[in-house]
Amino acid sequence: MDAIISQYIDAYYFRILILIGINIILALGLNLTTGVTGQLSMGHAGFMSLGAYTSAILTVHFAVPFFAALLAGALVAALFGFLLGLPTLRLEGDYLAMVTIGFAEIVRVFFLNFEPGGKAVGFSGIPQVTTFTLVWILVIIVIYLNYKLLNSRTGRAMYAIRENEIAAEASGVNTTQLKVLAFTLGAFLGGLGGGLFAHYMFFIEPGNFGFMKSIELLNMVVLGGMGSIPGTILGSIILTIAPEMLRIVQDYRLLFYGALLVILMIFRPNGLLGDVRFYDIKKRFSRKEVKSCQS
Amino acid sequence: MSVLTLECISQEFGGLRALDSVYLSIEEKEIFGIIGPNGAGKTTLFNIITGIYVPTEGSLIFNGQRLNNVPAYEIAQMGIARTFQNIRLFNKLSVLDNVRTGSYGVSHSGFMAGMLGLPSSRREEKKILSNALQLLELVDLADKRYEYADNLSYGEQRRLEIARALALEPKLLLLDEPAAGMNSTEKEELMRLIRIIREQRQLSIILVEHDMNVVMNICERIAVLDYGRKIAQGTPEEIKNDDAVIQSYLGAGA
Repeated sequence: MDAIISQYIDAYYFRILILIGINIILALGLNLTTGVTGQLSMGHAGFMSLGAYTSAILTVHFAVPFFAALLAGALVAALFGFLLGLPTLRLEGDYLAMVTIGFAEIVRVFFLNFEPGGKAVGFSGIPQVTTFTLVWILVIIVIYLNYKLLNSRTGRAMYAIRENEIAAEASGVNTTQLKVLAFTLGAFLGGLGGGLFAHYMFFIEPGNFGFMKSIELLNMVVLGGMGSIPGTILGSIILTIAPEMLRIVQDYRLLFYGALLVILMIFRPNGLLGDVRFYDIKKRFSRKEVKSCQS
Repeated sequence: MSVLTLECISQEFGGLRALDSVYLSIEEKEIFGIIGPNGAGKTTLFNIITGIYVPTEGSLIFNGQRLNNVPAYEIAQMGIARTFQNIRLFNKLSVLDNVRTGSYGVSHSGFMAGMLGLPSSRREEKKILSNALQLLELVDLADKRYEYADNLSYGEQRRLEIARALALEPKLLLLDEPAAGMNSTEKEELMRLIRIIREQRQLSIILVEHDMNVVMNICERIAVLDYGRKIAQGTPEEIKNDDAVIQSYLGAGA
């Protein structure tokens, strides 16, 4: 399948498409925790790192089949998401953000000193088995499951926690339980994305999963629109492509990248698709029809 | 038989005694009013009943079960629903989703069932949806069901809170100043709605309200709080003529 597609697409664009897919999976995970449930996590790269190293070590050192390793990586990340979720329940906003930053830093420093992971030199020789087809099949599955979850009783309760925790409790929502669930599911997707990333790049180092990566993922969610699946997807696409497009301005690349974020947040403070709903679009069109009839 | 009994409830915040040995007993299917000046402890009482605060002293018994130290969400699941004095809606959710979320405490599908769309979850979702639509019909918000909650007018938001509370299928409904900010037509509407709810849903209602017209009209019994203490209790007629109440709250000539 990949062979067929790569005949029609330039290798460079092919690579970007794969990275977009991986970033969508990662960002949708963070969207569950931060966008939907409103628990500010600034350490999503930590989960990505756990998934990447776990799966890579399993395939390289233990010859575990790729799919099993990928799942194991995601599960390890989910376990840490669960553990991180527990003590952080008493914290909110800025304080929670600090704990998650600390967590991601601990994970980074751990892998800097972890012998089987190649320490600071990085971990190379990971089989490059992540394919375009696999990534995008997983993207579709993850989007579908996200959509089903957010339109279920559990998903609505998660949004409710973000909107008003006291009112959510008064509606019978066990907010503790759902916050931990949001952290766990978000971390699972973080680990899944990490595993795909490791087996695509075939070389990883702790620096891949630093604070800037967490911020980049958070940007995708915020830029696209907190809690919105289409928004998060759009945010991931834009912020994966933007650094590439900005290669023309060379040294000023990061400057333009930052400016782009500032401008977008000024004009769309709720994110690109944060407050856009299918219903509103339909209503707008139907109003126009009425006007044209009267005139 | 009484639905809710409060025995000698006291609540202290630091040195402040917000409630002082309050006894209350709410009967089945009654509309019970609580009035009193600002800071008398009315909302504190609601917060104790719904588990937001744990009372310093005393015990709460709801349908034979003790409520002390039961977390707020479990109290909601047991059948006590409330609205808030300062409206607490899920602003960026649609009107319909606000009501659907209200039924969380009486629905059961796990997140996996929802994610995979299992038949049990789909059946439950259908039930939740039809219940929510019925409730929106009842509070006259059915045609606004796709609006964001914060786009509604003040009176509509108050009605939406009532609909959300009813989605929990409560046996006891606590309304915290439901008429605040409403004009007289809306107040009439509200009183009619409260009576209909009681008849249709066979539940008890406790009402905290400053509007004497509303309280005297729909409550069967009224308790008066002042500085955390219950200074009177009785029918609207008795309360209107109670000397202590007139002095501390209603004022002479009321």
